[in-house]
Amino acid sequence: MISVQREPFDVAHEYKQLTGGDVESGAAVFFVGRVRARNDGRRVSGLSLEHYPGMTEKALEAIVSDARERWPLERVRVIHRVGPMALGEEIVFVGVTSSHRDASFQAAEFIMDYLKNRAPFWKQEQTEEGPTWVEAKAKDHEALGRWQ
Amino acid sequence: MIEVRFFARLRDQLGCDAISIESVEQDSVTLVRERLVAEHPDWREPLSQSGVLFAVNHALVKSDHVVKDGDEVAFMPPVTGG
Repeated sequence: MISVQREPFDVAHEYKQLTGGDVESGAAVFFVGRVRARNDGRRVSGLSLEHYPGMTEKALEAIVSDARERWPLERVRVIHRVGPMALGEEIVFVGVTSSHRDASFQAAEFIMDYLKNRAPFWKQEQTEEGPTWVEAKAKDHEALGRWQ
Repeated sequence: MIEVRFFARLRDQLGCDAISIESVEQDSVTLVRERLVAEHPDWREPLSQSGVLFAVNHALVKSDHVVKDGDEVAFMPPVTGG
């Protein structure tokens, strides 16, 4: 299930939803991305996330569908927030369950790597110099290489 | 008509979030960009930056992708979510 939303999410609740009633999965892996106070040496006081409504959901669905083709997964949950966020708040949740841990670990990384390169989200940081668009990082692009 | 949309930093650089242009025979993302630049010469540099992504009808495509009347074309800076 995929959600693109302005509202904060509760990680404990999401974990319970991800695993509740599922006795087939011996493994559950989740990743949470958070707003941090420093980026590229600059002090950051907050974040705003823009996206492309309509395309974002399709891009995330395609990524999850690719992950399901590669690994035998039970449940997949992706939440990505948009709009303004404060330091320490959660931005993204990717949760995966599977029979064994290898599939869950790898699928969670795969989904995050592709999300960071293919899903139309853009971060704007609040800094001392004013709002600043975040630069894409080469290492995020290079991370795709391991899946090809 | 083709609806063209711009996002994030690119939108700020162009000072424009959306514009409609006429479609042409055998149209492509590259040709759409050429017509935009012909109309707005100062858009050439921002639209030619390396890493600019193109989407047609909400799917990422290459610049030679065919564009048809009624399509939505988007020009986007490299994505930075997650």
